[in-house]
Amino acid sequence: MITEKPRIQFTPERLERAREILTHYPEGKQKSALLPLLHLIQEQEGWTSPEAMDYIADFLGIKPIEVYEVATFYTMYHLEPVGKHVIEYCRTGPCMIMGGEEVYAHLKKKIGADDGETSPDNLFTIKPVECLAACGWGPCFQIREKYYTHLTIEKVDEIIDELKK
Amino acid sequence: MSSERLKILTANADIPGIETFEVYRKHGGYTAVEKAVKTMTPDAVVEEVKKSGVRGRGGAGFPMGMKWSFLAKPEGVPRYLVCNGDESEPGTFKDHWLMKTIPHLLIEGMIVSSFALGANTSYIYVRGELMYVVKILEKAIAEAKAAGFLGKNILGSGYDLELYVQPGGGAYICGEETALLESLEGKRGNPRNKPPFPAVKGLYQCPTVVNNVESISTTPWIVNNGGEAYAAVGIGRSTGTKLISASGHLKKPGVYEIPLGITVNEFIYSDEWCGGIRDGHHLKAVVAGGSSVPILPAALLLKTANGEDRLMTYESLADGGFATGTMLGSGGFIAMDETSCIVRNTWNFSRFYHHESCGQCSPCREGTGWMEKVLHRIEHGHGSMHDIDLLVDVSKKIEGNTICPLGDAAAWPVASAIRHFRDEFEWHIKFPQEATRPGAVYRGHMELA
Ligand SMILES: Cc1cc2nc3c(=O)[nH]c(=O)nc-3n(C[C@H](O)[C@H](O)[C@H](O)COP(=O)(O)O)c2cc1C
Ligand code: SF4
Ligand code: FES
Repeated sequence: MITEKPRIQFTPERLERAREILTHYPEGKQKSALLPLLHLIQEQEGWTSPEAMDYIADFLGIKPIEVYEVATFYTMYHLEPVGKHVIEYCRTGPCMIMGGEEVYAHLKKKIGADDGETSPDNLFTIKPVECLAACGWGPCFQIREKYYTHLTIEKVDEIIDELKK
Repeated sequence: MSSERLKILTANADIPGIETFEVYRKHGGYTAVEKAVKTMTPDAVVEEVKKSGVRGRGGAGFPMGMKWSFLAKPEGVPRYLVCNGDESEPGTFKDHWLMKTIPHLLIEGMIVSSFALGANTSYIYVRGELMYVVKILEKAIAEAKAAGFLGKNILGSGYDLELYVQPGGGAYICGEETALLESLEGKRGNPRNKPPFPAVKGLYQCPTVVNNVESISTTPWIVNNGGEAYAAVGIGRSTGTKLISASGHLKKPGVYEIPLGITVNEFIYSDEWCGGIRDGHHLKAVVAGGSSVPILPAALLLKTANGEDRLMTYESLADGGFATGTMLGSGGFIAMDETSCIVRNTWNFSRFYHHESCGQCSPCREGTGWMEKVLHRIEHGHGSMHDIDLLVDVSKKIEGNTICPLGDAAAWPVASAIRHFRDEFEWHIKFPQEATRPGAVYRGHMELA
């Protein structure tokens, strides 16, 4: 018998973390780990590919469809490959009235990508998102776990130039 | 900031290192856990929270003690406390600020609240975008556990509690408590039909209390000082202090802890709080309690229709009902000066609700789509006068006809914008060329403050 190694699997540290997450829920309720595990695999792989979802389904002993329907409901899971840095900018009212429109227009021009697109150098993907709970510090965007607030055109230039290095 | 003001949540917020267990503890942290588990019964804690009159800070303002007393307690069935840290209501960022600044306050609140409710496993559900805050909370939990305030047999009292942080996946609707529970069970965030309410069948079909981050964070102070001392702050049924997330065209946007009952005027213009409108500008309108509540023009915000000073309380902000009032909601206070276009902002909010509708009920799913489309049309110079009535009609058809209140939350901003700023909508329709010039804003008859 040939046992094929799955193409995607958690790194040893993430496997340990995943097992620890499973202990958060009562016996038989391990499906509760689905959202955290999807974050974990996306953090590792960069996006939530069909193979990644199948791996998580297998890991939790649930049907793949149970993973697909969840991954497609929530906005944080990237169902397509993305650039090295995913810039998720807040397009909601309070950030927009604080100058978001101009700042984000500049951001897109600087990077050479529009909403949902990845820059030609594959460094940046731009995703508009809704209110990030930072309204008084807007306009803002986030890249992975980091928040960038009080954005201005100059600040955007600095951040992007730094990330390009 | 004047120092005489009683700060219930934020007194120690500026202390360097307050995010660590050591510093938090040194400044009186976790004394409420000691007091509760060693000297009080769970019912006695519930009693103090009832006496405090504290109302849910997530938006609906339901009295917390009363909610706790509804919790079903069948023998042999676990009960859960779930903290709502989903904070996705546009204009609201106080829970984010509180969790990242003083994480141990929420942890301490979770311990005394779980003790009061008889929960042995509790969860803090935090919106997934705040993963860095999830990590801050997990670190705080580990510290509290190492010091004996969590885990088995807390401080030798015989009470056990495990506390976990659960990240969401990005969906406003998961702030609605039954959608949150679905999400915590690893499902799509579709709100449940009620009844049964979570107090009877909540997480894993067990009795569950869901409370907001700020609500839970009041409980250590209430345990330490007593419910009556809490109720002594504020006015009438608006007791205690409230965190206000102030955003928009203010001199000093930010998170402020106010005693309920100061005037709106003082909150906006006093240097102690927002410091007024940004230089050279004037206040046009405010959304006082998060994007879901009705927008008010400056004049009606500062004074009620009867000409009385409007106060920062649940009652005063709601004075006049939807005709001339609004709601305190989550305390997301969005100030707009004369450069703001009400039509554009209303369209933006409509787009938000359409995007965030879970799609279960047709009035919400279809209605939010319609409103977004019509508002887009008006904002981009293709509207007709008939569209204004159409918007009012659609908003009425959504209101009250849906499984969860997201439908109402989508309808109110549109209905109120038209109610108070109809001229501005008409101007967009009558003068599309002028209205669609970049940066153009209606400057018609409008009372600014
Ligand atoms: C669409 C929608 C979104 C909500 N979002 C939140 C939220 O982000 N945070 C929150 O605490 N409550 C939110 N709520 C209110 C919750 O359903 C629930 O009433 C609250 O968490 C109860 O806690 P409290 O009584 O302490 O306020 C929302 C409600 C609705 C209908
Ligand atoms: S009102 Fe909207 S968000 Fe709420 S359950 Fe119905 S469709 Fe979903
Ligand atoms: S509106 Fe941008 S963070 Fe809230």
